[in-house]
This record gives sequence, structure tokens and C-alpha cells, in this order.
Amino acid sequence: MALITDILRTMDYGPSPESSEHVLAWLERRKAGFGLFINGRFTRPGALFDVFNPATGGRIAGATQGSPADIDAAVGAARKAQPKWAALSGHERAKQLYALARHVQKRERFLSVLETIDNGKPIRESRDIDIPLVARHFYHHAGWASLIDSEFPGTRPVGVCGQIIPWNFPLLMLAWKIAPALAAGNTVVLKPAEFTPLTALAFAEICVEAGLPAGVVNIVTGDGATGAALVAHAGVDKIAFTGSTEVGRAIRRATAGTGKKLSLELGGKSPFVVFEDADLDSAVEGVVDAIWFNQGQVCCAGSRLLAAEGIADAMYAKLRARMAKLRVGDPLDKSTDVGAIVAPAQLERIERLMREGAEEGLEFWRADDALPNRGCFYPPTLVTGVEPASILAREEIFGPVLVATTFRTSEEGVTLANNTRYGLAASVWTENVSRALEVAAHIKAGVVWINSTNLFDAASGFGGYRESGFGREGGREGLNEYRAVEAPKGKPYQPATAPLIASPGLIPSAETAGGLDRTAKLYVGGKQTRPDSGYSYAILDPKGYEVGLAGLGNRKDIRNEVEAAAKASSWGAATAHNRAQVLYYVAENLSARAGEFAQRLRTMTGVSARTAEAEVETSVRRAFFYAGYADKFDGAVHATRSRFVTLAMNEPWGVMGIVCPNEAPLLALVSLVMPAVAMGNCVVVVPSSCHPLSGTDLYSVIDTSDVPAGVVNIVTGEANALAATLAEHDGVDAVWYVGDPSGAKTVEALSAGNLKSTWVASAALDWSRAEGREFLRRAVQVKNIWAPYGE
Amino acid sequence: MDQVRENLFEGHNRPRNPGAPLDPAWFESVGVNTSAVERRAETLATRRSVKKEYQAAWLVKALTCIDLTTLAGDDTPERVRRLCAKARRPLSDDLLVALGMVDAPPTVGAVCLYPTMVAPAVRALEGSGIPVASVATGFPAGLTPIKQRLEEIRYAVGEGAREIDIVITRAHVLGRDWTALFDEVAAMREACGPAHLKAILGTGDLKTLRNVYAASIVAMQAGADFIKTSTGREEVNATLPVSLVMVRALRDYRERTGVDIGFKPAGGLRAARDALAWLILMKEELGLPWMQSELFRIGASGLVTDIERQLDHYAAGRYSAAHRHAMA
Repeated sequence: MALITDILRTMDYGPSPESSEHVLAWLERRKAGFGLFINGRFTRPGALFDVFNPATGGRIAGATQGSPADIDAAVGAARKAQPKWAALSGHERAKQLYALARHVQKRERFLSVLETIDNGKPIRESRDIDIPLVARHFYHHAGWASLIDSEFPGTRPVGVCGQIIPWNFPLLMLAWKIAPALAAGNTVVLKPAEFTPLTALAFAEICVEAGLPAGVVNIVTGDGATGAALVAHAGVDKIAFTGSTEVGRAIRRATAGTGKKLSLELGGKSPFVVFEDADLDSAVEGVVDAIWFNQGQVCCAGSRLLAAEGIADAMYAKLRARMAKLRVGDPLDKSTDVGAIVAPAQLERIERLMREGAEEGLEFWRADDALPNRGCFYPPTLVTGVEPASILAREEIFGPVLVATTFRTSEEGVTLANNTRYGLAASVWTENVSRALEVAAHIKAGVVWINSTNLFDAASGFGGYRESGFGREGGREGLNEYRAVEAPKGKPYQPATAPLIASPGLIPSAETAGGLDRTAKLYVGGKQTRPDSGYSYAILDPKGYEVGLAGLGNRKDIRNEVEAAAKASSWGAATAHNRAQVLYYVAENLSARAGEFAQRLRTMTGVSARTAEAEVETSVRRAFFYAGYADKFDGAVHATRSRFVTLAMNEPWGVMGIVCPNEAPLLALVSLVMPAVAMGNCVVVVPSSCHPLSGTDLYSVIDTSDVPAGVVNIVTGEANALAATLAEHDGVDAVWYVGDPSGAKTVEALSAGNLKSTWVASAALDWSRAEGREFLRRAVQVKNIWAPYGE
Repeated sequence: MDQVRENLFEGHNRPRNPGAPLDPAWFESVGVNTSAVERRAETLATRRSVKKEYQAAWLVKALTCIDLTTLAGDDTPERVRRLCAKARRPLSDDLLVALGMVDAPPTVGAVCLYPTMVAPAVRALEGSGIPVASVATGFPAGLTPIKQRLEEIRYAVGEGAREIDIVITRAHVLGRDWTALFDEVAAMREACGPAHLKAILGTGDLKTLRNVYAASIVAMQAGADFIKTSTGREEVNATLPVSLVMVRALRDYRERTGVDIGFKPAGGLRAARDALAWLILMKEELGLPWMQSELFRIGASGLVTDIERQLDHYAAGRYSAAHRHAMA
């Protein structure tokens, strides 16, 4: 024992270990290995894989490698339990979630210690952050269970949800997945990460303890193969995944065309922007919470420091001084700041990236404290003078490594912040509130923290822009992922049977009223442009007579249109009132030419005059409807922490691709384009392949309605070919596709490239009623901005 | 002599703060974000933990940094004598044995009193090396005329006070009259002569953390050797966020001038765990030199008893009661 007089000289903290006695006893009782939790019971342990404590390297448990048959059994149990679970009153489900919250709270310290032993994160974090947020998430969603029917009218549970979670916040990510799913009336099969299955298994025991009905929650441990089996299972209605962008892409491809709902919360390389007027000492603490939280193994970690040139050196000096105070070591010690990296494979990944960085000539700064001589540790590291092209500035390191770059102006700071494939989170430090809001608005990220970082709450949505995924978790935004709107009941769209004919002389012309020949071109950036191919194709009436020609658009036309749309992005910054005025004007001009549009529908599709007039009339009404909504689809202010406003802003995607079906050629187009444009998107539209002339007739309507050039671009041709080009285009942020199932599948599969959001429908809709908030919700992504109070 | 003991008695061996010209740019260029400061303060003490013999040592350290204070209307020379006895020997013999400190018994950092109580205190503390600190300048409001306030300083110094805890005119901060504030503190510093000047900012009256930062810098530019949070009479006294801003200010001052300034939280620190929290703050934000009485003081009266109780628990392994410990 150290002498008091000696300690008085050094004033060291000394050891302060959290007791792990109860957890070790629990593990000891389960040393034969954990089974899987299926239908309310644990199976006998099967083929086991080892679970390690990363801080010591010691084996602490064995868990069962779930097989496809196990997944099948779990999905079966979830399927069987789902109707009854969904049929419970909201209040009954709320009571169950409330019980889970209470039980988690009663086991708070047990779960904290178990999490720390399994994952390597400091006990301070599991105790003060992870586990309290778990309880909060269940409490919050107990509330939603009561409210789901009244707050989400016209929706139903999705069904059986397959959920795959990562190892960095094992129990918290479980809560983020299970709580909303259950509140919304779904049942789940959850696969924890193979590095960290233990708190999920403890949670399974809590489910039994709390009396949750069998089959509502099923937990199947295993590796990527187990996850792949879950993703592939036909009985799963939705997949929710948190993890790497690479695996997210694979899941997007695997679920393409299956009709499974999908939400992805993926990687990030989030900027941490410090302006010259920031509170630098506080910003330094922010960095600590951003990148030295959970060893930097945080998807939303502020891993790229962007410092204004004037204060960069001061900031770096303060950072170095602060780094010297960080304590790396035993995660169970209550004075530890930085614990263990989760597994040797992750440590090797960090080391490999750092070697590559070193080869680029980058210099690393570390405090000179020694690391523990066993276990998996990496020291907090600062890398300054990092060029945007450096591998360390582009790749997600997922370790305690901060890379720093300077910027000169606000504008340049924003540009650097957005110079990434990702868009999960951002942190902005300035004492100027106007600048903070300006920068928050311009950074492309799902979460922006002003003068703060890594704040989470169950009431706020969390999720990414760009290749950080889509869908939100938390609050009302997150619940949308676990509710389905009533599916269209019509027949599936049929794929086109005959190719488009783009050569002359084969087709007899329908009798026309004479007049001048009109050739529909493409519509690019407010101008009518010949198709790149130089071909036009014949538009036939139902009897097979040619009623006109339309341009045969190709890849290059899509490229040009996407460029034009991207240039028109100021449309999203226009006032909503201004957009509404333009939409009203479109409706007005369409209405003025109603007869002509009805006539076109009749000749092209053979519908009756009454039907054609009704379609035009509904189209006018729809344009009015969305003009009305343009300035009313409000965001929200979430009730999160005290003395914070958490603003949920609806932001347009940017450039959207919209592919229209053959039916209702005017109304379907208007129904899809108007909500997208009302919300501030610029669109590239592929009208009905067979009946595109209602679309091309709109050129002059758009021209005369003050629609800025590039906001609406139209390309005619083979819908599925054009859809594929849109889906794989990295400059397109979202695609809506209505058409045959094979086209829908292609769109979903190709969207994996930049992980753009997709919305596909491959069964006939009742277009007369296809309007409402759901269309607007799909036309925006939500950015949550956290702004603190405080004089 | 044991190093620890030496430190106790070397409170006045540090170089004085020579001050610097008034320069508002030193604080106007610095951002202080209340919300972020509050968040840092909230987790300061949850990120660190001291247990067992380390906790005992830390509590002894806290004890040696206490300005044992009585500032009551009913103070008498006899009461002061009792306080000084406690200051000399805050821990019982039994505890000293248990702590292994019989050869180097700790004393508190100083005693802190009204000017008229300085003389009896100086007598009572003779030979102990414990300095007597006096509040002055119209404590606690500081609104008596400047002539009287300066005279009060000179009186207390004449009585034998080695440290003067002055109060600033809060109105100068609220009105952003930095020149007036600077001139006032500089004049007080001059009146102190050889005695150290501890500037009480009355942070509860200043309201904003930016005001606290600015007042800290001006006081240091005017030559304060210590900056101190509160009189103990404001609505809000020493808090961790306020303390965090003040230690950041003195760290910034040190970076510019190379001069070490002391810090004294006062008012509201009653429990042993408060003392630990503030020591953690000093260690994390500054380092070991600011955990010694020459650069760190805690203004308190009741704190000593709670520390004794905790030390007793450490020594005896059972919980103690206040009445078992000699009162101040």
C-alpha cells in the first residue's frame, strides 16, 4: 500500500477498479456456452465461437454460431408472434416496453460492467452514457407504443424485422433497433456483432424476466454468415443495419427487389469545424468527446478537425496539452479515458491505415505515456497538416486518431467539411450564432452539433446523408422506418414486351388534324435539346398507329440532365413561398391548356374523354395540393436535453431521379414530380416510355410558369435503361421508380453505388389518390441540428 | 523537513505577479461557451476517481489548501483563538498515527478573517507558519469609498495580515469599465505592499462566464496574486463551471506572461467530495503545482469537519459522526 506522504508528493489518482464480481459469476454460470434466444427460450449451445475481453485478451465466454436453420427458426418464431403482438392495444405494448426499461435500469451496473468487459470501453462511458441511454430509449418508445395508432394513422407494422448491429455500442444499438420496432408492433430477429454478443444475451434474459411474450424478440448470435442468412430470409419484412458502408452496400444489393424495407446507418468521416471566434478550450474538450470517446470507434466521431488558419496552432497546442492528460488503460478503472480497441483485427486495421499515412509523410503526435503491456490498445493520436487527398482524411479509421486540416474562410470550411463520401454528423464551433446556423445549413450531414458533439437522445432522429446511409433512428423520424403505408393492391406492373421502335417506315400514322409536324425533344436545363443518340422512337396509340415521336434518350442525356439539375440547386434555397408560387403557376398554365392535354391522353392511350378530362383535372388539383404544401411541411423541434433546441429540418435530397409508369401518363408524372419539386429538389424525370407525350407537352407549361432552368429535366426513352443509369449515377441523391418488378430490383441494386435513397413501387397505384405527406416525407431527408442555450 | 510540510509553509515564496498593462484584447479575443463549459464541468469529477489511501491523501491535501474562515458578525477574539487552534492541528493524534503523518502533521493553508480579528489570529498562530488572511475593501459588497477601502487594506496589513482578500466593484464589470476595474485593483495591490492580493470577483453577481473570464484577466493584469470566486454572500458562490473558466483564464495569463497565479474557490464547498472535485479540476486543467496551497486555496469553514469524518472512516473502517471531532 502506498504511503499517504508519498501520494501527497505525486498526487496520483491511484487505482480505482470497478468490481466485476457479479458479472464474472454470471459468466461462470454460463461457461458451457450461450445458446440462441428463440421463441422466448435459449437453445442448447451449438457450435461455439470465442468471446474475448479486449483489455486482457482473455476468453470470457462462448456463443453459438447461428446457422441458416437457426435463422429460419427465429424468423418463424417472430412471424408467429407478430400478429398477436401487433393486435395488442398500444397500452399493452407500452407496458411491456416500460417493463423492459425498468428492468434495464435495475440491471444498470451489471450491464455496464458486462459491456465494458466485452467491448473494452471505459466503465465511465458504459455507466454514464451507454446504459442510461438504453433505458431512456425504452422509456421513450414505451410512450410511442401508446401513441402509435393516433400519431401514425393509415400505417401498419412492417412485420418481422431483421436487425444487425455493430460492436461499438452493443447494447445501445440493440435498444435503438428493438425499442422502436416493438413500439410500432413489429417482432424482431436481432443479430449482435460477433465481437460483442454478451449484453444482447443478457438482454434476452431480461426479456424473460420482464415477461415479454415469446417470439417478440429473438436473438441469434454469429458472424457475417449468420447476418447474411438473416438478410436473405424470405420471411423478413425489413432489415435494419448499423455497421460498415461496405456491408451496407452488400445488404442493399442482397435485398434489392425483395420488397424488404431497409434502413442503413453506416460509416462516417465527420468534420469538426472550429472557427477563430470559438471557445478553444471548450472545443478541445469537444474533440476529446468526439474522437477519444469509445476509442474513436464511433460512426459519427468528429475525426476530421478543420481549424481556421488564425487559431489552428493555438488549437493544436491546446490539444497536445490535453492529450497528455488522457489516461489510456484498464477499461474497468473509473479514471480511464481511453480503453481497449475491440479486437486485434480492428487494431491491425488502424495500424495499417496509419502505416499508409506515414508513407505519405504525415507526422503523428502522441503523448508519451506507455500503453498497457497486454490487451488491444492504440494511443490517442493527432495528425496535423493532412491534405484532403490523404488516405487518413478520406478513410474512416475507426480508432482514436484525429486528422487536422486548416481552412481560410467559412466557405472553404464548409467545402472541406463536405469533401467526403460520407455525411453522418458534423460539429461546428463558433460563438457567432448566425454563422453557426449558416454552416449547419450548408454541411451535408444528418446530425449537426453546434458547440457540442456526440449528443444523443431517443427523441431525436439520427442517421446519415450520402454514403452514411439512409433512414433515421430515434423519435418520430425513426418510427417511420418501422411502419408501412398500406401497400398498393393493384396488379404488378408488367415489363415492356416489345422494344421501342426507332427506325422509320414501319408504322402507319394515326389520322391527325393536320398542322405542323411536332417532334418532342428532351428537356435539359430549361431548353429543348435533341437526344444524344440522334434517334427518335415511335409513340403508338392502342391500335398500333403512330401518334408522334419522342427522343430516344441514353446515358449521356441522363448525364447532361443530372448536371443541369445540380446547377439549379439554388431552388432548394428559394423561399418555400416562392416555390409555391411557381407550382401554382404550373397548375394555372396546365389548367389553361386542359383541353389540349386531355386530347393528347385520348389519342395516346385511348381513354374516354371523361377519363382524360378527369386525369387532367386531377393533375391540376395535385399541383395545387403540393403548391399548398410547399411552405407547410414543417420540421420539428425535438424535446431532447434541457437547454438545447434540437431542430429537425426537412432538407431536399438535391438531385432526384423520377421514373414514371405507363399508366396515367400525365397524372403519375405530376404526382411524383410536384412533391419532389415543392420540397426543393431538382429532378430528372423519365416519363412513361409508351406514352411520353404528356410529359413532353409539359415543356412549354414549365417554360411559361417561371420554373427556373434545370429544376425539372425530362428525358424520354427506355424507362428501365434510363432508370438504371439514374440509379448508378453518383450525382443523383435519390431515385423514385414506379414500374415493373425487374426495373425496381435493378434500381435498388444499382443504388448501392453511392447508397442513394430509393423508393420503388411495382404494383399499380390508384393515381387519383396518390398524394399526401408520405410523398413529401420521401422527398426530404431530415437534418437534426443541436443548438445549446447559454449566455 | 518533509517536502509536503515545506510546501505548506512556502505559501509566500513564489514570485509576486508583477501585472501587465491593461489590454482588453486578452479577453475580447477569447470565446467562452457556457453550455460547453457546463458540460465539461459536469463530467470533470465523473471521469476521475480516487479511492482508499489515495482518497485519504487527497483529503489531507485538501485540508492543507483550506483557508479556514470565519466572517461572522459575532466573531470575537476568543472565537478566533479557537479557530486558530484548529488551523494548527486539524487532525487528531489518532488520525495522524493512522495516516502515518505524526512526523509531519498537516495544517490548513491559512485562516481568513475580518481586519479587526487579524491581531488575535496572528498571536494565536505565532510560530506555526500559517499565514493570516484578511478580507478588506468593504467586504462583501465593496461599495464603500475607495479611500476607506485602501485604508482598510493598509490597516489589515499593519495588523499582520500576509494576504488580503479584496472584493472588486462588480459594477465595473457589468458596465464594462475595464479601466476603472484595472485602476482599482492596481491601487489595492499597491496598498497591500508585501501582502499577497487575492481578488474576489463575486462571480455570482457577474452572471455570465464571459464576464468572469474578463474580470479574471483584468484582475491579473492589475497584479492579483490569486483570483477567487466569491465572498460566500452572493446568491451563487463557487461552482465548477465558474472555476473552470477562471483556471482557464489564469492558464492563458500564464501562457502570455509566464507568471503563475493562484486560484481560490470559496462559498458552498462543504463536503469532502467537493474538495476532491476541485482538486481534480486543478490537476486536469493545470497540474501538480496548482494542487499546493501556494497556488490553490479553498475558502471554507465547515469543510474541515467533513474531511475529518471521511479520514476517520478511512482509518477506522466505520462511519464517523461530526460531534466526535474537535470543532473549530
